[in-house]
Amino acid sequence: MTTPDAPVRAPALEMRGITKRYPGVTANDHIDLDVRPGEIHALLGENGAGKTTLMNILYGLARPDEGAILLDGQEVNISGPSDAIARGINMVHQHFMLVPVFSIAENILLGEETMAGPIFLDRREARRGIVELGRRFGFEIDPDLRVGSLSVGWQQRVEILKALYRDAKILVLDEPTAVLTPQETEEIFAVLRRLAAEGHSIVFISHKLYEVLEIADRITVIRRGKVVGQRLPAETDEDDLAELMVGRGVQLTVDRGESHPADVAVRLEGLEVKDDRGSIAVRGVDLEVRSGEILGIAGVAGNGQDELVEAIVGLRHAAGGRIGLQGADITHASPRRINEAGVAYVPADRHRFGLVLSFPVADNLVLTDYYRRPYARGFIRNDEAIEATAEERIREYDVRTPSADVRAGTLSGGNQQKLVVARELSRDLKLLVLDQPTRGLDVGSIEFIHRQAIAKRDAGTAILLVSAELDEILELSDRIAVMYRGRIVAVRDGRTADKNEIGLLMATGGEARSPAAAIGPAV
Amino acid sequence: MDGLINALYSIPVAGVLFQLAGYLVNVVPDISPLILQAATPIALAALCGVMCERAGVVNIGIEGIMITAAFVGWYSGVLLVPVLGTTAIGPFGMSLALVVALGVALASGVVISALHAWLSISVRADQIISGTIINIAAFGLTGYLNNLIAKTSPNGAGAFTQFRPPREVTDIPVIGWILNMFLNQGPIAMSVIVLVVIFQILLFRSRWGLRSRAVGEHPRAAETVGIDVIRVRYRNVLIGGVFAALGGAYLSMEATNSFQQGMTTGRGFIGLAAMIVGRWSPVGAFGAALLFSSSTALGNSIKFSPPSGDLGTILTSLPDQVYDALPYLVTIVILAGVVGRSIPPAADGQAYEREAAT
Ligand SMILES: Nc1ncnc2c1ncn2[C@@H]1O[C@H](COP(=O)(O)OP(=O)(O)OP(=O)(O)O)[C@@H](O)[C@H]1O
Ligand SMILES: [Mg+2]
Repeated sequence: MTTPDAPVRAPALEMRGITKRYPGVTANDHIDLDVRPGEIHALLGENGAGKTTLMNILYGLARPDEGAILLDGQEVNISGPSDAIARGINMVHQHFMLVPVFSIAENILLGEETMAGPIFLDRREARRGIVELGRRFGFEIDPDLRVGSLSVGWQQRVEILKALYRDAKILVLDEPTAVLTPQETEEIFAVLRRLAAEGHSIVFISHKLYEVLEIADRITVIRRGKVVGQRLPAETDEDDLAELMVGRGVQLTVDRGESHPADVAVRLEGLEVKDDRGSIAVRGVDLEVRSGEILGIAGVAGNGQDELVEAIVGLRHAAGGRIGLQGADITHASPRRINEAGVAYVPADRHRFGLVLSFPVADNLVLTDYYRRPYARGFIRNDEAIEATAEERIREYDVRTPSADVRAGTLSGGNQQKLVVARELSRDLKLLVLDQPTRGLDVGSIEFIHRQAIAKRDAGTAILLVSAELDEILELSDRIAVMYRGRIVAVRDGRTADKNEIGLLMATGGEARSPAAAIGPAV
Repeated sequence: MDGLINALYSIPVAGVLFQLAGYLVNVVPDISPLILQAATPIALAALCGVMCERAGVVNIGIEGIMITAAFVGWYSGVLLVPVLGTTAIGPFGMSLALVVALGVALASGVVISALHAWLSISVRADQIISGTIINIAAFGLTGYLNNLIAKTSPNGAGAFTQFRPPREVTDIPVIGWILNMFLNQGPIAMSVIVLVVIFQILLFRSRWGLRSRAVGEHPRAAETVGIDVIRVRYRNVLIGGVFAALGGAYLSMEATNSFQQGMTTGRGFIGLAAMIVGRWSPVGAFGAALLFSSSTALGNSIKFSPPSGDLGTILTSLPDQVYDALPYLVTIVILAGVVGRSIPPAADGQAYEREAAT
């Protein structure tokens, strides 16, 4: 590992004066970055700062307008991903680059296939190689499972194995831990440390500051496309990093104040829901959320939280039981009726449910009420009203976009998330359902969204919060329900809850079971 | 034995079903070579569809490629006969003129496919529109040129002839008629089964197949592992053009020995349906084409030589149009009842934009 006083070896990677302009934004503005052999170099920056763009340039997915890239001191011109791979660069992308209908083995081998002769794949040898690769890094995997049937945590592992398989000298990981639980993150960190010790150089991107402090040898911070500082973990802390990223002091934990729960807003009675494969994912859940309180659902991903939430907002049929919203039965109501009844939903997968990526930002911001006044007059859209509202929400939620007219798909991951949150929170609500509301958001945006959620609560909205981040649950929830294998196994008071106890309940459901069972791949 | 059969036939309702089975057992072996012949152009069109769509390019210009190849193959024969003569140089009535003409026909298919590839992959035009343009232009041009040429009633290079399997082979009990189906054929029809098997194996077991499928499912993921999405798509569309052209050439160089205006009569589109029924796999598509052609052949057989007995009375009382519609009805029933939801490759029909190029 490199320390500041050790003799400095030539950087394995050097990016000099990289500039990349998109219409209306300068995503990278003369960025300098150097990564030494065996170093884990963290890249920090708020949403839209230009981290992904910089790494796409390194990987040949985007061309810089200015600047140079040097590998081991030699200037190179990277013409595309195949060229990058040939030069020993590999990348785990922010959004999964997996073919859902392919098996784990096929996904890992694609592009670098194990061959039997010049034409045919050697599937047996490939399978063996992958099982062995998994073992080497501590994952037990079945290479024949279809990737589309895996939980996001396992998909992330497959992405990482895919990069490890190629044995890169320089490995880039763009928010690999955004969807992982702390245990899963620890596994990945162990792998990264080992790679670094073997002399690989690693660029690590994350919005979780404690992770960065734990794993990085050096930290480079960028803001609005420019490098604004470099730190060593020993010389800095979360507050300092947050301030450097955002340009102002950030309150990392928001004071939630007193809650004043009133009547029951939503009541679930014996709710049963099936998952995509038709097996029961939610097993008879009874739950109440009162107006003016935040109920957090803690649980390892894949224990039925998504199905529960989707049933409440009408995206999934309840197989049994009842959902009542202030006395009215909404169990089998359409999503639009539920929405009009005052329920808002921030989905966990913004690409699948929250946004139409090919539509302009403005249209995405009125997706829940485009058909109503003032956005429509009869059959005709009122573009002025849509535009005005969009501008207002963009300003209020600090969405970094060149204008309201660009396609939502061109925004950075975190800014896409802000679009969804801005749309869903700017209405009068009875119930707000938040599923991983801050996935991929920077600390400043998390603070802002947490404040908004608490303001909603204090205005009398009932809030149901699902998050894989136990810290987020503990920080916001007035009550915490732990979900395990489709059941609510415990409910605790948010103020007095003990983190270790909740963590244990999440892993075992309160029984003495091996925690691995709950995080293994879904089959 | 006959007594038993007659007894079975006379049972009400069930008897009619026994009669139907008896009729099929009698008729199918006789018409089996015809079934494969009718399936050949449809199956080749379907293989073209599978080849393109597995890599994410929708090709509804197959019909146009087929008619072009049918015309070019026949007319090249006309032009080549005076130069190369019609002496047979091999089996299947092959003459040099015929073989070279077939090569030219296949090349014409590749050229038209290249146009579709360029429009839909490089220009990123709407793939449906590109295919439609190809169909309209191909029908118009071949029709017009045929009008000009046909006036002179030229002599073509003839057609490939069928192999006649010896009686000892076709008389083998139980499987004889199946062998007859595949052997009592010209070279193009005979090659279909070989192409289907090779294509099936390569698509699911070779590196090329894996990469093609990846490009059709998630082109960006394919690019991030270093696969050249554009190149894979071009290659597959061009190879697909060879399949479709072979189907077109079959019509004017093997099934008949001349070109008729519009002689493809929708087989390219039926091939696309076979591709869907066959779930984008070569073997499935071939099966669907066989199903379609066997219901056509059976319909014809019932129309022209209906069975006797109760069954015959019932069948002949139905209007002819029912038998013309039979293949389509069977396709709908199979699609709805047996195949279920047939899921296309995820990126099918979507142009791919390589970001680094901008
Ligand atoms: N293909 C594109 N077309 C237009 N603008 C783009 C494109 N890709 C990125 N941008 C813009 O470049 C800027 C930087 O985006 P980038 O994705 O690099 O941010 P990021 O630092 O990775 O943010 P996040 O933490 O939210 O992922 C953003 O303003 C984004 O809108
Ligand atoms: Mg990013």
